[in-house]
Amino acid sequence: MKVLVAVKRVVDYNVKVRAKSDGSDVELNNVKMAINPFCEIAVEEAVRLKEAGTATEVVVASIGDKSCQEQIRTALALGADRGIHVEAEGRPEPLEVAKLLKGVIAAESPDLIILGKQSIDGDNNQTGQMLGALTGMGQGTFASEVSVGDGTVQVIREVDGGLQTVELTLPAIVTTDLRLNEPRYASLPNIMKAKKKPLETFSPSDLGVDVQSHVTLVSVKPPAERSAGIKVESVEQLVDKLKNEAKVI
Amino acid sequence: MKTLIVAEHDNESLKPATLNAVAAAQQLGGDVDILVVGSGCQGAAEAAASVAGVAAVLSADNAVYEHQLAENVSLAIADQAEGYDCVMAAATANGKNFMPRVAALLDVAQISDITGIIDADTFERPIYAGNVMATVKSSDVKKVITVRTTAFDAVATEGGTAVVQQVDGAHDAGVSRFVGEEVAVSDRPELTAASVVVSGGRGMQNGDNFSMLEGIADKLNAAIGASRAAVDAGFVPNDYQVGQTGKIVAPDLYIAVGISGAIQHLAGMKDSKVIVAINKDEDAPIFQVADYGLVADLFSALPELEAAL
Repeated sequence: MKVLVAVKRVVDYNVKVRAKSDGSDVELNNVKMAINPFCEIAVEEAVRLKEAGTATEVVVASIGDKSCQEQIRTALALGADRGIHVEAEGRPEPLEVAKLLKGVIAAESPDLIILGKQSIDGDNNQTGQMLGALTGMGQGTFASEVSVGDGTVQVIREVDGGLQTVELTLPAIVTTDLRLNEPRYASLPNIMKAKKKPLETFSPSDLGVDVQSHVTLVSVKPPAERSAGIKVESVEQLVDKLKNEAKVI
Repeated sequence: MKTLIVAEHDNESLKPATLNAVAAAQQLGGDVDILVVGSGCQGAAEAAASVAGVAAVLSADNAVYEHQLAENVSLAIADQAEGYDCVMAAATANGKNFMPRVAALLDVAQISDITGIIDADTFERPIYAGNVMATVKSSDVKKVITVRTTAFDAVATEGGTAVVQQVDGAHDAGVSRFVGEEVAVSDRPELTAASVVVSGGRGMQNGDNFSMLEGIADKLNAAIGASRAAVDAGFVPNDYQVGQTGKIVAPDLYIAVGISGAIQHLAGMKDSKVIVAINKDEDAPIFQVADYGLVADLFSALPELEAAL
């Protein structure tokens, strides 16, 4: 079974991102970049499937400018077998990324496609589902457990109020939630080995996709500040304030 | 302008999140219709028809939509989208699951999780876990939008006199099957609808200690939530999670216990009317957003609070 994992290069989750003072965009100069954490979970899941003997090959794809090859190498160091880079300038939107990934799927014919449920920059939570619609595949979004069967995959999904289990016909799409697994760290020997693993580059036109923009960023601003209130000295005072001042209990 | 709201429902009843989505649509202006996709969903459809300000209710009632599988539901929605300028749903786990499929079927972008409407093409939404608010402009003629429910005050459940109209067609994509669900059974109100929420963080130290929050929650008829750190540490299930990657809540009273206040968490609760923080670290960022802060060891403060209520 072949598994395709899509990864995105994003600002490292430890970086506190700020709006530029002119409000034109967020400040991304000299900011540490990393694999989107949900995509890292996707890579880990695929590598575990390979280690369990379920998957035979793990292919990792990323869409973006040349710098996202760094994140492909990271995924290769975590255990993926080879990389595909689709060159796209700027910030391709989820629908366009889904179209490009559909092109990759057409070329690779994977049995299972694993993506992060959302990227921590745009917080869109769209690409996996859009890819599902474009390919006609079933989707197991917000997955907390994935078990591959014979021609099917069962996915336990995190939904409002609990868990839902669905069974999908392969090929199918899975998007990862936080509790699916805990990604490993890449070892130094594996980081060295990853440099020698194959990485191919395609252009959108190679995949027959004309990338378009549907949404423009008008401006950004910091969120509304909430000002700090007061410190109370005791539980007794707290209850008094809630009853008599805030009148919420 | 004509907007189609996709209802959040459990077949029998309409979920309150729908009312927030209707509010957003009304802000956009023009006619607002509601589409209910389900099985045996007359109850939900009738409830939708009485929602204030709703022009018409479309009911796609078929066995294939029983568990609202995204593959099938999205086809039904895309089918009905013709004639509408905008298709909207609440950004619930359900809405997030099927709406991007609808957008892709219509070959348009989705604007996720909007918190504000500037004009018919321009919307405000949080990015980077709520660290930044972005204003974005869509060039698509037909919009597909999910709505952050806490940003729009719910419309009234009564006052509407729409007629329920059945729509034909059963779309079964045939690629997915519902196997089962494990819904947490609780006498407590639902996290996103509760007027009081008591949340625990990493400071709770383990899952067993969350029982200390239960007594307080019982007395306040509150829902129990948790920070991502507490979920990551395995203290509680993920459906407790309040934050950018979990649930967004805005109760009248939010009590954060042993939660440091990472931006990820603040993004999920900072629109609460009154915020209380109990934390032993007086420098914890949660105190910067709290109306009432109590610097105390939670293991002594919680029993005291329960007794005082």
